[in-house]
Order: sequence, then C-alpha cells, then structure tokens
Amino acid sequence: MLRLDALSKIYADGTEALQSVSLELGAGEIVALVGGSGCGKTTLLRLIAGLDTPSSGIIHVGSEEVRGPHAAVGIVFQEPRLLPWLTVAGNIGFGLEQLTTRERQSRIDHALDKVGLATYGGRWPRELSGGQQQRIAIARAFVTMPKVLLLDEPFSALDAFTRKSLHAHLLALWQETRPTILMVTHDVEEAITLADRVVVMRPHPGRLLETISVNQPRPRDVLAVGFDKVKRRTLHALDRSLQPEKQSAQAQGSDEFSHWW
Amino acid sequence: MSISKNQLIWIGFVVPVLLACVWEWAIGSGLVSGRLMPPPSVIFKTLQELAKSGELQLHCVATLARVGAGFALGALAGTLIGAIAGASPFIRHLIDPTLQALRAVPSIAWVPLFILWMGIFETSKVALIAVGVFFPVYLGVAGAIIAIDRKLIEVGRVFRLTRWAMIRRVMLPAVMPAWIIALRSGLGLGFMFVVAAEFMGASEGLGFLLVDGQQMGKPAQILGAILTFAILGKLTDALLVLLSRPLLAWQDTVRESL
Repeated sequence: MLRLDALSKIYADGTEALQSVSLELGAGEIVALVGGSGCGKTTLLRLIAGLDTPSSGIIHVGSEEVRGPHAAVGIVFQEPRLLPWLTVAGNIGFGLEQLTTRERQSRIDHALDKVGLATYGGRWPRELSGGQQQRIAIARAFVTMPKVLLLDEPFSALDAFTRKSLHAHLLALWQETRPTILMVTHDVEEAITLADRVVVMRPHPGRLLETISVNQPRPRDVLAVGFDKVKRRTLHALDRSLQPEKQSAQAQGSDEFSHWW
Repeated sequence: MSISKNQLIWIGFVVPVLLACVWEWAIGSGLVSGRLMPPPSVIFKTLQELAKSGELQLHCVATLARVGAGFALGALAGTLIGAIAGASPFIRHLIDPTLQALRAVPSIAWVPLFILWMGIFETSKVALIAVGVFFPVYLGVAGAIIAIDRKLIEVGRVFRLTRWAMIRRVMLPAVMPAWIIALRSGLGLGFMFVVAAEFMGASEGLGFLLVDGQQMGKPAQILGAILTFAILGKLTDALLVLLSRPLLAWQDTVRESL
C-alpha cells in the first residue's frame, strides 16, 4: 500500500536527514518507527505527507506515485493543531467540504462517538483538555478515510493514562476502515502495543537499522512473555542504533563496513 | 464581596461622576470661581441649548461623516496594502521602509500640503483622516499575516486547500482578531485627526465648536465639545466591537472584553 524507494533528504544547509530509506507497508498494516532524536523519523513522515520534497527517491501509495499532499494520505501531528476559530465539529469536518451537509454531519457524529466525545461537537477547541484535543485531531484525520495514515508522536505530550485510552480509541477507528498506519513514537511499549512491525532507525544520517515483527494477538498484554521478548529485542536494537558506527559494525561483523578496518 | 459582571460595568462610572460632583461642589461653595472651568451643570446646560437649536446634531453629524468617510478609505487601503505586504516578502521589502518613514511624519505636517492639493473643503479633511487611519490598519494586518502559525497553514496543505480556500478558511480567520484591533486603533486615530482637520478651517463639526469656543471665550462650549468627542469615540468603538463579536466568538472571553 505504501512503498518508499531509496528516499533521501538533504536540507539546504547540507544536513543529511535521511539516507536511502526503503520500506514497504501492506494494506492495513501498522508500522512503528522508533529511534533516537535526529534519526529523521519526523522528516520521513513529512516527506510522505507531501509537506517536504525528497532530495531523491520515490514514494508510492498503491500504484500511484505521490508528490505533494495527497487525498489518500492523512497525518496527525505531535500537537493537535486544531483551528481555534472552528468548533470541534467544524474541525473534524475540515477536510470534508466536498460532501453534502448531511453526509458530512453523519461522518462527524460517528467519529465523535468513536473517540468518546459525542456531546462535544459544539464546543471550542480551547475548552478541551490536551488529550481530548488530540482525539479530535485523530478523528479529523480518520473521517476523510485515508488509505495511509501517518502519526507523528501524537501521544507524546500526554500522561500515561490518557495515552492508554487514546490507544484504544485509535485501534477502534483503525478497525473500521483499516488504513495503513506509519507511526513515529519514542515509547517502545507504545510501539509494540500498536504495531505489527517495529522499525528501528539510526541517526546522523537517518537510516533504517532493523525491523522487528511483533506477531502478538490484539489486544496486547504488556505482561505477556511474548511482549517482553519483543520489547527486549527492540531495546537492544535501539541500544545499537545509538552506539558509534564502528562498534556496531564490529559487533555485526558486517561486510558493508569492512573497509573501515 | 463578589461583584457580578454587570456591576463591574457600572463601576467605570464611579470616578467620572465623583470628579464631577467634587467639581460642582467646589464652584458652588465659592472655593473656586469657575470662570474658565465651568461646573458640569453649566456644561450640560450649554449642550442642552446647542441640542435644542439643532446645532449639536449638525456638528456631530458633520464630524461623524468625516470620520466615517476617512475611516472607510483608510481602513480599506490599510487592509489591502497590509495584506499584500504581509503576503509577499518582496513587496514588503519594497514598500515598508517608505511607509514607515511616512508614518513618522506628524499628522499636522500634512495639513498645508493637503490644503494646497485638495482645497480647504471636505476632500482634504477626509484625506487627512484616511492617512491617520491607514497606518495602524496597515501595520496590524501586515503583522498579523506574517505571524500566522505555520503549523495551521500545514493543516490546510495536508487537506490540499487551493490558494483561495487557504486564504478563506485559514488565513482570514487567523488574522481576524488582529484586524479588528487594528481597526479599533485606526478609528481612535480617525477621531484624533478629525480635530486637526476641522482646525484647518470648518464651519461645522465638533472641531469647529472647539475653535469657536476659544475665539468667543466660551469654555463651557469647549468642554461640551470635548465631552461629546469622548462619548462619540466610545460609542463608535463599542459599535465596532459589537459588530465584530460574532467573528471572534471563539476567543477567550477575557480577551474579548479588552
């Protein structure tokens, strides 16, 4: 559903944010990107969303090449980014202008219900808590029924309880239309709770280091033996991603880096 | 003691009413003569007489018409040029230094030139007021457009808004609060400049009442005109706030009442 071929991004100041990233996501798959800061996770999402252009490489959604913002691609940012002059319902329906009033309203009502804020349609964003605002932002991205949904650490500013309830809301919405989800997170447990695969990235420049399949039934239990195993593997990969390049090459005995010696 | 919102509105009248009472009493008790500083009762009587003869209405209408025309022209030009300067960095760099320099010129300095160009009648007066209104509106609009949150623009981009839809659905509402505030300070300056305009020669208008009061030695008329200016300024500002309220309903009530 989403295919990235050798995506690179070099900023105008010469910073190499991403180096030849290739990744393929199946329809309805959830993939989590984890990695230290500066590994280009957010840059990658911005390229797919069409908010930045890649220096080289190609992005496909389905069979279509994507350049710039695309109707089949939605994004939820780190901050809710609700428009303060629109009501909650107005914000959710922001991307639905082409629909009839009745259809727009029914989709808004359904989404509000799904995120547990059924009676909040007429409120202003400022009257909502951070967690409620982020739920509206998630609903706003889902109502346009994108094939690919990008989540850029949407839960990072929230407390643990709110975060957990938002995971449930997210999965409930995902189960309806089953979009392909690529999400960035700092939280390894969150990645394993939600994703089918966890992709560990390495910084300076940003590259993919390792992909870990989760293979656990949903809903996932943090205390299960399988969960813990995946978590340890991921943490181990993260450790390696943050070590200096030479050591990790030595540890892996990789031929790719043999010319360093 | 808790004070309700309605009571808070009335509390604003305490200071002026108290001052007026002290003033009235000081003159009534013979403490001061009140020849150059007539008591409130005399000022109200003067205003009443002016109103009875229809003169007060005539002067108010003349002043309001000038402010209205000048405000409309200045606000329109300030909004348009401010929007263009805010949206295009090139145009901003091209025209902003010149406009800032012109802004530094004191209003009265334009009077001789405007009279030479446009004569002593209405045109030059309206032009002077329009100049006064233009600058705060221009600054407010250009500044607000520059300050629009890039993150909200990105939301519009993600939903693939056309250029026009981006202006209508994101940029316009985003600059609305600053625009209303700019219009309010523009209106305030409009009233300031109408006095300068009416000083340069007018046979009607509140500014004429001021000059006439000075030349004829009628301090009550001067103070009456000043009082009328204060009331008209406050009323027109309140009208602007009232008209803009539906547009800004989404803002915090605390900010709204400022």
